[in-house]
Amino acid sequence: MDLKSNTIEIVERIGYTSDKLIEILIEAQLLNEEHYITEEQLKIISKELKISFSKVYGIASFYSMLSTKKKGKYVIQICNSGPCYINKAKNVVEAFEKNLGIRIGEVTTDGLFSMEYISCFGACQIAPAVKINEKIYGNLDENKVKQLVETLKKEAI
Amino acid sequence: MKSFVSKLCGKIKPLSLKEYRDNGGFSGFEKALIHMSPEEIVSLIKDSNLKGRGGASFPTGLKWQLVAAEIATEKYVICNADEGEPGTFKDKVLLEGCPMQIIEGMLVAAYAVGASKGYIYIRGEYPKSIDMFKKATNILKTEGYLGEHILGQDFNFDIEVRSGAGAYVCGEETALIESIEGNTGRARFKPPYPPNYGLWGRPTLVNNVETLANIPLILSVGADEFKKYGTAASSGTKLISASGNIVNKGVFEVEFGVSLRDIIYDICGGIENENELKFIQIGGSSGACLPEKLLDLKLDFDEFNKHAIGLGSGAILAVDKTCCILDFVKMNTEFFIHESCGKCTSCREGNRHILKAVERITNGYGTDRDIEIIKNIAKIMKESSLCGLGQAAPTAILTTLEYFYDEYKEHVEGYCSTGVCELKGEAIKHG
Repeated sequence: MDLKSNTIEIVERIGYTSDKLIEILIEAQLLNEEHYITEEQLKIISKELKISFSKVYGIASFYSMLSTKKKGKYVIQICNSGPCYINKAKNVVEAFEKNLGIRIGEVTTDGLFSMEYISCFGACQIAPAVKINEKIYGNLDENKVKQLVETLKKEAI
Repeated sequence: MKSFVSKLCGKIKPLSLKEYRDNGGFSGFEKALIHMSPEEIVSLIKDSNLKGRGGASFPTGLKWQLVAAEIATEKYVICNADEGEPGTFKDKVLLEGCPMQIIEGMLVAAYAVGASKGYIYIRGEYPKSIDMFKKATNILKTEGYLGEHILGQDFNFDIEVRSGAGAYVCGEETALIESIEGNTGRARFKPPYPPNYGLWGRPTLVNNVETLANIPLILSVGADEFKKYGTAASSGTKLISASGNIVNKGVFEVEFGVSLRDIIYDICGGIENENELKFIQIGGSSGACLPEKLLDLKLDFDEFNKHAIGLGSGAILAVDKTCCILDFVKMNTEFFIHESCGKCTSCREGNRHILKAVERITNGYGTDRDIEIIKNIAKIMKESSLCGLGQAAPTAILTTLEYFYDEYKEHVEGYCSTGVCELKGEAIKHG
């Protein structure tokens, strides 16, 4: 099935009422390997739910977990809230930047990795922590980041 | 340490109804539904002196009474599991450790206030908790604890699990309600409060996870037994999320009345690498920064109120002497810039302008006027922001200005004693 029919299938499964919009957008985003919702999908959802396109776009851009811009296959989300900051999250950011050759907010040229900040996700007991797709990695330092990047690169091939 | 509200976490299989029942689960709800009237339950919760565990510490029984008193064809019970306050991860322990206890709390609440539909709004960052609640509600539907004619009585209640999508502000109850309705999570003007005008305009009870988890236990043991825990002003226990520069990080259940010093040095094993403590931030990023000399404060709503501090969500972030106050405040303000929903001017603009002034100082261009600007904006935000986010955002600034004023001053003079800030500007350099 293509993206269009898959998106319509999600709306059918979750429901046509406006309160389901966020849930639909979360699922619709899962259809894309680049972790974002395409303009085409937003238009389909807007039409199916009979909600204005601007509102659908507004929701997709308001919530941090939703994106309207392409990300990497692996989205590296680095916590920059209090507990991780205190446990030297800055070093983790630098280590990822060094190992990937990109800055926060950028995507690698091969489309494999993207990097961004994220607010606290409750892994403070293993700070500094990052979230890569659904998985959480904690107690990070320069060496662990290096190993992690290598493992992910191998996994991707 | 105590074991009361979290006593079943890690002890039983979270999704086993049999194990939950064998350990006293659902006995509180059965007692309530079969032997008590809704009025009796509300008065029991009032007697127990239970206060909300989400951050605002509003008396739970009173909130229930307000919703119960409303006349409406439909009322709602919402469990606020949007635990977004940085450094807080105590609800996750309950959500993943004993989901049925929280659902039991919602059932009692629904019966007491006259609601037939409930929502649990879990932050999107907790996919495991969301999955577990979907499974738990399905099990309880099959077993007759959710749905129609629960336990053969004239009581219907169903729960829908909703996922957040990454917005700190949705922990604010009216923003959470907006989010369930499918809108952007922007706080509503209050009053009217949710007990009058909540989800889809109907009377709505919004309670935190930990608050609801206490309910079945209060019904089982009674109000007097519950009040044996804690102090006169703060009954029961509190889950503390400890993080930062301490030896033992994690979630601990403590009795109200314990001192902050005991939490840090006894329960959490003191400061890492035998360093000295500089301050603790209590209640997450929106909480106060307290210096070492205030550690003898006891965990108690009244005692905290005397110092104009809120206990918040119960997060304790311990910070050692290597931390620069200005750099910390900068990080804290950046968090609120990102999380502000943008609806009211004082929060949206206030955070940005505070950051600008802080950056002028840390870059070495700061003057005394910048400290004044920071102080003024912080006060305006506290007094005029629409919701709790904007009102509490400058707490760290106001408290560090109070307790660490010298460090602001030294930066203005071109000096950072911790060596964190690289002051390259034109401030008056020290010797």
